[in-house]
Amino acid sequence: MIRLEKRAQPSQFWTFATPFLAVVLTMIVGGIMFAALGSDPFEAIRTIFWDPLFSEQFAAYSRPQLLVKAGPLILIAIGLSMGFKAGIWNIGAEGQYIIGAICGAGMGLAFYPIESVLIFPLMILAGALGGWAWAIIPAVLKTRFGTNEILVSLMLVYVAEALLASVASGLLKNPDGMGFPGSRNLAQIPSTANLEIIQGTGMHYGVLTAFIAVVFAYVLLSRHMLGFQIRLTGEAPRAARFAGVNPTRIVFLCLGLAGTLAGMAGMYEVSGPAGQITIDFNSGYGFTAIIVAFLGRLHPIGILFAGLLMALTYIGGELASLMLGIPSAAIQLFQGMLLFFLLATDVFISFRIRLTSGEAA
Amino acid sequence: MSDPLLRLSGLTKAYPGVVANSDVSFDIHAGEVHALLGENGAGKSTLVKMIYGLVKPDTGRMTLNSAPFAPSAPSAARLSGVAMVFQHFSLFDALNVAENIALGMENAPKQRDLAAKIKEVSNQYGLPLDPYMRVGDLSAGERQRVEIIRCLLQNPKLLIMDEPTSVLTPQEVEILFKTLRQLKAEGTAILYISHKLEEIRSLCDTATILRLGQKVATCTPADTSAKELAEMMVGETLHVPERATGAFGDVILDVKDLSLRAPTEFGTALKNVTFKVRAREILGIGGVAGNGQDELLGALSGEVSSNNTVSLRGSDISKLGPQQRRALGVLAAPEERLGHAAVPDMSLSENALLSAAVRKDMMRFGFVNWGKAKLYAEHVINEFDVRTPGAGNAARSLSGGNLQKFVIGREVLQYPDVLIVNQPTWGVDASAAAAIRQSLMDLAEKGAALVVISQDLDELMEISDHFAALNEGRLSSIRPVQGLNVEEIGLMMGGVHDSMEGAA
Repeated sequence: MIRLEKRAQPSQFWTFATPFLAVVLTMIVGGIMFAALGSDPFEAIRTIFWDPLFSEQFAAYSRPQLLVKAGPLILIAIGLSMGFKAGIWNIGAEGQYIIGAICGAGMGLAFYPIESVLIFPLMILAGALGGWAWAIIPAVLKTRFGTNEILVSLMLVYVAEALLASVASGLLKNPDGMGFPGSRNLAQIPSTANLEIIQGTGMHYGVLTAFIAVVFAYVLLSRHMLGFQIRLTGEAPRAARFAGVNPTRIVFLCLGLAGTLAGMAGMYEVSGPAGQITIDFNSGYGFTAIIVAFLGRLHPIGILFAGLLMALTYIGGELASLMLGIPSAAIQLFQGMLLFFLLATDVFISFRIRLTSGEAA
Repeated sequence: MSDPLLRLSGLTKAYPGVVANSDVSFDIHAGEVHALLGENGAGKSTLVKMIYGLVKPDTGRMTLNSAPFAPSAPSAARLSGVAMVFQHFSLFDALNVAENIALGMENAPKQRDLAAKIKEVSNQYGLPLDPYMRVGDLSAGERQRVEIIRCLLQNPKLLIMDEPTSVLTPQEVEILFKTLRQLKAEGTAILYISHKLEEIRSLCDTATILRLGQKVATCTPADTSAKELAEMMVGETLHVPERATGAFGDVILDVKDLSLRAPTEFGTALKNVTFKVRAREILGIGGVAGNGQDELLGALSGEVSSNNTVSLRGSDISKLGPQQRRALGVLAAPEERLGHAAVPDMSLSENALLSAAVRKDMMRFGFVNWGKAKLYAEHVINEFDVRTPGAGNAARSLSGGNLQKFVIGREVLQYPDVLIVNQPTWGVDASAAAAIRQSLMDLAEKGAALVVISQDLDELMEISDHFAALNEGRLSSIRPVQGLNVEEIGLMMGGVHDSMEGAA
């Protein structure tokens, strides 16, 4: 009989090992799924994890894409992880990302065709504020009326999507676009373009911001009283009150921070890789970042690596559907498996498995 | 003597790292009240769990009425006539008495029949209880009655009671003892677990004493002095705390007309609580659990703010939060160790930071000085003899007693002007409890004003200068401890007091 036994202390080893175990299990079960779909599982796994970085044919295009995709994921996940640590479940980063993009793009387009170096910083500010404001809505409702932030933030994603469709075909529509929905291409306007800092690496300003956010979050959580208060709130709310933590303040701080970072991510995306506001501009970064945050153990350095890994499965997944004809739904399933196996193997952190000789209870 | 009802022979149970019971043997006869006596961690609970079928012994045998007895689950034990009243009740607040009792029965009869049966049994044993009352509205003593009646409905041959009096007023204890004596006269055996020596001496026919998992002795408590029993239980001569009583200083903490609404549906509202504590004074606040103790601590520590009610040396602090009050010298140690006074999954260093950040200067511009936090945690560990491998260990890896020493030490070593503690020695073994009490008295000696909230009356009588009791959120009048007798204390705890002259 197999029995789970609680450990006296959470296991240090398994805290680090479970993400790797989860990746391996995802590869095995994903491979079986690919085989069932009629593809060679080994080739599929290689296409997803190896080819984007090292294949002669694709690497030149794929490698910079790694940072382009990882940047927003990391930036959003860092913000979310603060809230998750405090037990505040912001599921609506996708909406905050959209609003950040709309506000950032709106700011840039408002100045068109003026050229100035000040415009881009103003766009960053507008994006950050937009995301912040969108995330503050669930914070106000939660602290004032006790609503559930999971529901409110998630619902606001759909509101944001509707808003996006509206501005893409209305307010921000390109006047020279011959009636097609979508804004001017910000990436082609020098003052509003989020350019690569080092040519050919995919390293744009958003990626730089993501790296700064990682360092900032690390210092906040490990050295600053505010980070300690965030952890206290999540681990033992009563003890947090005893320590003098104001729960309302933590809710505003965590949701506000997550919204700010998600909004900035949206702004960097719309002014760089995406280029313009379109009806379907958002591509699920806000939701995938939830997986990234947990895959990275809500730890800033972990999130950095998890973001890179997740970006790899994105790029590799596209490559696999292109080269091997694997349906994109199967790729999403593959990514979802990663979170599933991570949460499943997490049980080893607090429990150990005991095999007991079969005595019937 | 006749054959025993239950015979335990050579029961042994080991857990990883500890032997909870080693070769324990004794007999329980029908119509006998048998005490099981021992400190926390002596192995009483494990032994009882084996009898009740919750734990399987590693070796050893039990016989019930001369037939082999090895219950695989509590339901099997109940079928054989063994019933148990736990220390922590397993009742649902939102359900009524009859519904709660039905939940614990194998094949519950219809509500109406059950209610009639409950009435009948409760009257028969002098434990009045309304089957249609909601359990959330009952006092702790009444909740215990629900548990007892649940057991009695099964006509048990052996009734196990785990620390039944810890939640009762002296008067309620008397009622309970009457019931137990009646059961005994009817031939029911009772296994009575306690560490209250006087109770055991007045109630029990036989006592088995456990220490570190082993049986030390079986004796007749009426013929053994309380001191002898205690020494058998502890295994060493007890150090009784001492204190030199001097004159009190100025009023430091002044609470006037403190009224607060109940924080939750099952919480207690505070009603016009009024008292003063002077320098070098210990005010003991007694009362049965759930009468506003938590709420009072919260209002004094700053977790809950109030309006112009709490003042420190004449200046109002009732709007200040916990950290601001700490800066002014008002510290507190809540009852619930895990989750309130300390965070289970955080290290002792982090838990030191939790309440000592301000007074022990562990912050610079909001940045934490982890070196100082660790040093302070180690200081507490050394001074209060906390048994742990080091300050890096998680709070939940400590035993209850050791964590309690850490929690109390963390506050005492900050040398506060006012310290409020709730249940300072709950679940702590006798020698550690004596050390904690001594540290509280020493702190008062140095000029601090202390408020000690406790359900342990002996403790309050031992260390406090003045005594008051909380009953349904109201504080009784405050009386000097000297000259108080048990009768008066019981009445104060029961809420029968010369009502509103608490400010005296």
